[in-house]
Amino acid sequence: MLRDVWLVVGKDLLIEMRARVGINQIVPFAVIVLLLFAFALDTDQAALRTYAPGLFWVTVLLASLLAIGRSFAVDLADGTSDRLLLSGIEPVAAFLGKVIAIAVQLVVLELLLSLGVLLLFDVSVQRFGLLVSAGLVGALGLAVAGTLYGALVAGLGMRESLLPVLLLPVVAPVMLGATRAFQDAFGVAGAQGWAWLGLLVGFAAIYGLFGALSYGTLLEEA
Amino acid sequence: MNVTTPVSTFELTGRGVQVLPTSSSKATKVLGWLSLLGFAVLVVLAFAWVPQDTRITDQGDVVGQFDAVRLMFVHVPAAILAYSGFGITFLASLGYLRWRTVWWDIMAVSAAEIGVMFGVLTLVTGSIWGRPTWQTWWEWGDVRLVTTLVMVLVFIGYLAVRRIPVQAQVQARRCALIALVGVVNIIIVNRSVDWWENRTLHQQSTLLARKIRDETLFTLTFSLLVGAALFAWLLLHRFRMAYLQSQLEQLEVEQALVERRAESQLHDCQAASALPTQTHLSDAPQEGEDQR
Repeated sequence: MLRDVWLVVGKDLLIEMRARVGINQIVPFAVIVLLLFAFALDTDQAALRTYAPGLFWVTVLLASLLAIGRSFAVDLADGTSDRLLLSGIEPVAAFLGKVIAIAVQLVVLELLLSLGVLLLFDVSVQRFGLLVSAGLVGALGLAVAGTLYGALVAGLGMRESLLPVLLLPVVAPVMLGATRAFQDAFGVAGAQGWAWLGLLVGFAAIYGLFGALSYGTLLEEA
Repeated sequence: MNVTTPVSTFELTGRGVQVLPTSSSKATKVLGWLSLLGFAVLVVLAFAWVPQDTRITDQGDVVGQFDAVRLMFVHVPAAILAYSGFGITFLASLGYLRWRTVWWDIMAVSAAEIGVMFGVLTLVTGSIWGRPTWQTWWEWGDVRLVTTLVMVLVFIGYLAVRRIPVQAQVQARRCALIALVGVVNIIIVNRSVDWWENRTLHQQSTLLARKIRDETLFTLTFSLLVGAALFAWLLLHRFRMAYLQSQLEQLEVEQALVERRAESQLHDCQAASALPTQTHLSDAPQEGEDQR
C-alpha cells in the first residue's frame, strides 16, 4: 500500500519534472498575479504589507487550480487512472499519491511565491515556525480537496470552468485559516495563528478521510 | 419491422401502468390552489393586519423595524425551505449511493433546484431587509449570511455539473458525492466563520422571549405553512418532470435500437433478394451476410 502511494507520487512528480509546466507556466502566472495586486493597490507599501497574507493565499488558490487541472488532464489523456486501478493499486493509494504529488508542487510554488512576497511587498517574518507549518498544512488541505474535485470533474466537458466553481467555495476555510495564520506569522494583525493552524489540520483531516472513503466510488466509471 | 410509437402515453413503471405524460395530478392541483390562495391571504395579512414593528424606549424614542418587518414573512420561510431543500438533497444523495436507483437521483436534483431558488430568495430579501434595519446590505462577519451564501454557491456548482451531458449513472454518482461534500463543507464554513468574526447581527430568537406580537407570530406561522405547501407542490412537479424526462430518454434509446434493428433486417432482406443471382458462389459468404 505504502509502496503504491510512492509509486503514484513518483509518477506524477517525474512527469512534472520532465514537462516543467509548473516552473515554466504556473509559477510565472503566480508572479504576474502578485504584480497585478501591486498595481491594484496603487503602490501603497503599507497596504501591501497589511494585505500580503491574503494576497499570498489568493495567488496560491488561483495557481492551485491550474496545477490540479493539469495533473488530471495528464492522467486523462493516457487513461492513467484506469490503468492504475487495473494494475491492482488500491483507490486509497491512488488518492494519497495524487494528494502528496500535488501538495509537493504547491509547497514549491509557495516557497518561490513567499520569496516574491518578502521582496516585493516588504514583509518581515516574526514567527518562522508558524509560517512554515501553515504553509505546509495549507498546501495539504488544498491538495486534498483539489484531488477530490479534480477527480470529480475529470472527463467532464467544460471542466476548466467547472473546477473553480466547485472547488473555490469548498476551500474558503483554508483561505480563511491560512490567511489568519500568516497574518500572525508576519506580525501584521493580532490573530491567534496556532489556533487557526488547528482549523487547517482539521480541514485536511476531514477531506482526507472523505476522499479516502469515496475515491473508489469516484473512479468506478472512469 | 413492427415499430410501435407511443404517442400519448409512456410506459413508466414496467408493470403495465400507463401514465399520462404530465406532471400534474389531483394532489398537485389541490396543493397548487392551496398555495395560491394561502399566498393571497398572506399578502393581506402581512400588509394590512400586522402592525408596524415599533417599540418605545425608556427615553421615549420610537425604535423598531417599522414596515421592514413585513419582509420576514418571505425571508424566514424561504430560509427554512432552502435548508430543507439542501437537506433533502443530502439524504437523497446518501440514498442513491446506498441503493443506486434513479428515484433517489431525481429526488436529489429536484430538491437542489428548489433549494437554490429559495436560497437566492433568502439572500435577496435578507439584504433588502438589512439595509433599513442594520444600515448595511451585507455583513461579512455574520455567520448565517456567509454560510448561506457559500451553501448557495456550492449547490449552484452542483446544478452546473447536472447540466453537463454525460452517462446517467456517472452523473448521478458524481453529483451525489458533490452534494455530500457540499454539506460537510457547510458545517466547516459555518464553524470557521463563527470563529473568525462572531458578531452576528441576526436577532436571537424573539419567539422564546415572547417579545413578538400575536398578529406577527400568527402571520409568521401561516407563512411557514404556505411555504411548506408551495415547496411540496414544486417538488412534486419537478420530481415528476425529471422522472418523465428520464423515461423519455430511455424510450428514445429503445426506439433507436428498434430502428437500427429494422434497418439491418431491411439490409438482410435486400441481401437475401440479391442472392439468386449469386447462386454460383459458395455458401460461406451468404451465411456471413445473414448473420449481420
